[in-house]
Amino acid sequence: MNELRKSFLVSLWFMFLTFPIMVIRVNTVEKIVVWRWENMAMIGIGSFVLSFVWRWAIRRKEASDAVAASGQKKTGRMAELAENPSLTNSLKALFLVGFLVTPWLVTTYQTNILISFLLYVVLGLGLNVIVGVAGLLFLGHAAFYAIGAYSYALLNQYFGLGFWFALPLGGVFAALAGIALAFPVLRLRGDYLAIVTLGFGEIVRLLLENLSDITGGPSGISNIPRPGFFDIKLSVADANIYIYYIVLALAIITIIAVSRLKDSRIGRALQALREDEVACEAMGIDRVGVKVMAFGLGTAWAGFAGVIFAAKTTFINPASFTFFESAIILSIVVLGGMGSNLGVILGSAFLVLLPEYLRAFSEYRMIMFATAMVLMMVFRPQGLIPAKGRTYTVDDPDLVTADGGANK
Amino acid sequence: MKPVLDVTAVSMNFGGLRALNEVQLEVRSGEIVALIGPNGAGKTTFFNCITSIYTPTEGEVWFTPRGGARTKVNGIKPNLVTALGMARTFQNIRLFKNMSVLENVMIARHCRTKSGILGALLRSPAVRREEKEIVDRSYELLKYMGLNKFYKELACNLPYGAQRRLEIARALATEPTLLLLDEPAAGMNPQETESLKHMVFKIRDEMDMAILLIEHDMSMVMSISERIYVMEYGCLIASGTPTEISSDPRVIKAYLGEEAHA
Repeated sequence: MNELRKSFLVSLWFMFLTFPIMVIRVNTVEKIVVWRWENMAMIGIGSFVLSFVWRWAIRRKEASDAVAASGQKKTGRMAELAENPSLTNSLKALFLVGFLVTPWLVTTYQTNILISFLLYVVLGLGLNVIVGVAGLLFLGHAAFYAIGAYSYALLNQYFGLGFWFALPLGGVFAALAGIALAFPVLRLRGDYLAIVTLGFGEIVRLLLENLSDITGGPSGISNIPRPGFFDIKLSVADANIYIYYIVLALAIITIIAVSRLKDSRIGRALQALREDEVACEAMGIDRVGVKVMAFGLGTAWAGFAGVIFAAKTTFINPASFTFFESAIILSIVVLGGMGSNLGVILGSAFLVLLPEYLRAFSEYRMIMFATAMVLMMVFRPQGLIPAKGRTYTVDDPDLVTADGGANK
Repeated sequence: MKPVLDVTAVSMNFGGLRALNEVQLEVRSGEIVALIGPNGAGKTTFFNCITSIYTPTEGEVWFTPRGGARTKVNGIKPNLVTALGMARTFQNIRLFKNMSVLENVMIARHCRTKSGILGALLRSPAVRREEKEIVDRSYELLKYMGLNKFYKELACNLPYGAQRRLEIARALATEPTLLLLDEPAAGMNPQETESLKHMVFKIRDEMDMAILLIEHDMSMVMSISERIYVMEYGCLIASGTPTEISSDPRVIKAYLGEEAHA
């Protein structure tokens, strides 16, 4: 009964709130007010039902939180399966084969979507090094994406450099810019760092927009050549598939490199920086060096992705590298799960592929985006796939682990 | 015995506040020295000064690592102080909370290992060997501190006493010459304090280490330390053996107040 009363109040409240926009409509032609009472009824019923769903979901979440707090480990079937190496390896192989054959089965349009998905995977993984592993809130990732893209476009325009030369250079330039940015922000953390990096992103975009003599200003640079394939002239569709394979290779290299880095001595230093800066220094880690490294290692990938982006679209202008882009990349990392590579891949699938395939609802995209974010923060703040620290195994026959079981 | 740590008249000002006033202190090799004093006397500030987290306003801190030359450490970066051979624990535990117990110790091996970015990416045999060495050495230290059964747990899930011991294990992993313990027994029950005492002796004897500790538990301080320094309001007011200190009128005054002495 109490539940019913609560839901009733909620629906009443929503009906009141939406009254001005959903019910009243002023017909300016005939100068009359149309009262659309049926909308009010629908909102009433809708919020009545949804409030039940909402309370049920919250209760469920609280129950599972209580279980987690009581120290009991939940090892679901999924977690068990995920630890089976032969299964995960065959899954990986399956995905790889799937990605290898897809471009031959689908249209150029679909391939294009997959290319941008993979680009965002690379961007997200790069940002993940900075945000997820090193714990530095970073909002200017699009700037480094732009630096990569413009490196290729400008080097090509002025020096005639080809794609394969520009690819490493784009990464290097982006990394250098990241390192240059790292020095002034060494002392900043959290929100302050986010604001400065956001500012840096805008500076780069404004520079590109206003240095019209060099960068072409807002009209950008066009006729950027696609990557060459042994001097063979490829059709647009074939060139697209070629780029798809390049970006797939880059994504795989990124995944391997980033996960190796995370488990290395450097990666541990980055994680220590995230956990506690003072203790990190007291343990003999050079705070400055590690922070600079985090920036360089994260932004380099954006540079690589930028070069490929320029080659794919053959035209770039500053409008492609706005703050919105940085926000999307950060959302990918947060939504996927900070510090988790698999999470980032899933996150970019969510944020890049879904909007593409739900074009029918594109008017409501921002609403759905926001709703998804809010729901995530309430129900799964750790992300879709939370990061899991590496588990090390040691050889010790005498060891009896804390939960009473023998060492596996 | 040669001094490991030699602090000459160190002062520390925070704006107009003089937190430390010409503190003079010496720790010789293989010695256990305690630094005591009422709350707010400046003990932790002193620790922060010698580990270079703060740069002292005046005075000098000289440190002689095992088999090394006498070096002035005030003003150099804290991580270099650790690399020289001075390791510390923190009064309010500062573990890497969301990392496993083993990883906490592994991080402390950072300054004794050297594989870089390229090594991490290529994973050459040398890097893998080093990684194995880090894991083995860290696990050994966990075992030494009696923490090995927790090695897979997250540091924040450890019981309080174990977290304190993990901090010591982490400090030991940097292979220090001088170990600085900031209130290691805070919040421990009598049994835990007793076992901590044995642990400190064991570390000193087996690892040939000098130990400087801040502690409020008087029975522990009196039974463990060879010499004691007493601070009050940023000044050193007494130093000497436990017997000398426990009968020193200034110390009694500082701890018990004016009337007790009168």
